[in-house]
Amino acid sequence: MGVVLRAERLTKTFKLSKKQQNLEHTAETMRTAANNLSFDVGKGEVFGLLGPNGAGKTTTLRMLSTLIKPDSGDATVEGHSIVREPEQVRAAIGFLTSELRLEDFFTPDYLFGFFSQLRGIDAATTERRKRELFERFGISEFAGVKVGSLSTGMKQKASLVISIVHDPGIIIFDEPTNGLDVITARVVTDYLKELRDSGKTIILSTHIFSLVEKLCDRVGIIIEGRMTACDTLDAITRDASLEDRFFELFVEAGGEVA
Amino acid sequence: MRGGLSAIIKKELARFFTDPRSVITTILLPGLMIFALYSFMGEAMTGLYRVSDDYEAQVYVVNMPESLRPVLEGQGTEIQTAAPGDLAGLRDKITNKEVDLLVVFPEGFDQAVAARLSAKGGAAEDGVGLSVSPTGLAAPPNVEIYYNSTRTESSGAYEAASQLLQGYRDTLFTTYTVNAVPDPAVASPYDLASAQDQAGFIISSLLPMLIIIFLFSGCMAVAPESSAGEKERGTIATLLVTPLKRHELAIGKIISLSLIALLAAVSSFVGILLSLPRLIGGAPEGMADASIYGLNEYALLLAVILTTVLLFVGLISVLSAFARTVKEASTLVMPLMIAVMLVGVLGSFAGAQSNLLYYLIPAYNSAQCMAGIFSFTPNVAAIGITIAANLVLTAACVFALTRMFNSERIVFSR
Ligand SMILES: Nc1ncnc2c1ncn2[C@@H]1O[C@H](COP(=O)(O)OP(=O)(O)O)[C@@H](O)[C@H]1O
Ligand SMILES: [Mg+2]
Repeated sequence: MGVVLRAERLTKTFKLSKKQQNLEHTAETMRTAANNLSFDVGKGEVFGLLGPNGAGKTTTLRMLSTLIKPDSGDATVEGHSIVREPEQVRAAIGFLTSELRLEDFFTPDYLFGFFSQLRGIDAATTERRKRELFERFGISEFAGVKVGSLSTGMKQKASLVISIVHDPGIIIFDEPTNGLDVITARVVTDYLKELRDSGKTIILSTHIFSLVEKLCDRVGIIIEGRMTACDTLDAITRDASLEDRFFELFVEAGGEVA
Repeated sequence: MRGGLSAIIKKELARFFTDPRSVITTILLPGLMIFALYSFMGEAMTGLYRVSDDYEAQVYVVNMPESLRPVLEGQGTEIQTAAPGDLAGLRDKITNKEVDLLVVFPEGFDQAVAARLSAKGGAAEDGVGLSVSPTGLAAPPNVEIYYNSTRTESSGAYEAASQLLQGYRDTLFTTYTVNAVPDPAVASPYDLASAQDQAGFIISSLLPMLIIIFLFSGCMAVAPESSAGEKERGTIATLLVTPLKRHELAIGKIISLSLIALLAAVSSFVGILLSLPRLIGGAPEGMADASIYGLNEYALLLAVILTTVLLFVGLISVLSAFARTVKEASTLVMPLMIAVMLVGVLGSFAGAQSNLLYYLIPAYNSAQCMAGIFSFTPNVAAIGITIAANLVLTAACVFALTRMFNSERIVFSR
């Protein structure tokens, strides 16, 4: 199984604003959100980044999807460096997160066409994929309704569909079920399974143990920006449940469970 | 990726033009409002100084001299005679705007005039210079004309009466006349400026400033919304995870927003042109007619305006990209707006600048060029420099905006 994504010593430090210091009750002025993170993801694998809030998951995935640049370290996606060849990386991946919004003013139908054009997809392929994906997520009926008038669940489904107009081989998904109602969350996890079964590579982040257990082949546990364990799900959960194993690592890393 | 730029331009235009509200508020309304406002202002201003045609002035005369009776009564205004005892009452009525004019001749006006005439005439016949004042003669008779300057009808009557009396005096003893007008109803034939130049003069001093202001307002209406708005709503990240190049995004936005801002400015412009005839009330027919300018003037004007809009949109977009919200962006752009207006006004009213270096100053250069074009004295070198300067600065804005779209600190600031 070939490696399609390799992260090497990814490090990212943020300056904390005054506002943020107050918000997080801290006097630190710097925060290392990702600290020397290295991991490999094989083709067709589902890789989970598991960690509590603020562990650095979003930061890591944003680096992988080239939205932000690492301070040091690098990662390659299908052989392209996220630092030196961001455009090729962006062409190879689909990045999904609830933070990526669609413009309220447009319809899913228009946006699908727009993003397909941005990604240089021909009209026939665009039409075919639009029909398939809209059908699959029950968007067809609302394809002509402005995003601003859609329900939250429908918006999220539209946003998901539009992130994969180009049928990417690698899908990076930050907190797939965060903020979704139970039904939409189910639709999304089912779809992730489908993608896995069709041979796509998936990298997701979550703080939900059950999601990892349900979907992931391998998992990296990150705590305060550090990779504390990275292995197959089976190897990590040898004798205990994933949750117990996580808290062992958490306490080892100096975390306190009140 | 080649499709990126056109996709961005098409999307920005679609967003604007398929939204009736934005089309109405940024394009149609400004033009309509300006037309309505300026037409109203023009009407109000001319109305202020106009006496309706069928107005009958209330004119009283005391001691009407026989010599002047046919002249005064031939004016078509009914003249009422008053006795010297009515003076105080009539003056009060003028103050109260019930009466427009009171003309008081001294008693024995005709005789006094005749006496002075014969005295002067005698002196002239004797070959003595007129500068020598005839001695032993009473002071010249004085005609008193009472009026109320705050009442247009009254001032009008006063002017007519004093002109009439001075004219009568001149006919009695004429040494020479200056710019005599045979018929007062005909406009003075002595000003030889062409109607085109007169219109150019008025337009060249007024329009450049207005155009600069409208161009900037047009840009203000669309640019902050597009760069700070996308940040505020979180839609820009969705674009940034596609292979779209950052400079394509920057250029696409600036081009499409400029087109929209240009339309908004054109609408304001048309509003002014349509209301100009009424704004410059009393101007000769066709004076404020846009057709006095030819194709050349319009082509130069368009080039100046287009590059100015590109630059304005570029500057506003860069400033807005620093802001987290549209509101914050508007605040950030305020100082720029004030600076542009000041510089624009300076450029509109300063005389034509011959030092070409001045044409490197944005807004000032555009205003100067437009003033030159409007007054039929375009300075081609200056216009060339202006256009080049605007384009170079726009390119700098594109570069800055590209950098900003690339900067996580700008796009993902917390
Ligand atoms: N743009 C930023 N500016 C400052 N601090 C940031 C920024 N992004 C993330 N952080 C900080 O980095 C840490 C990791 O954040 P994040 O990657 O979002 O964690 P997670 O997704 O695991 O919850 C947090 O402490 C967060 O406050
Ligand atoms: Mg997160």
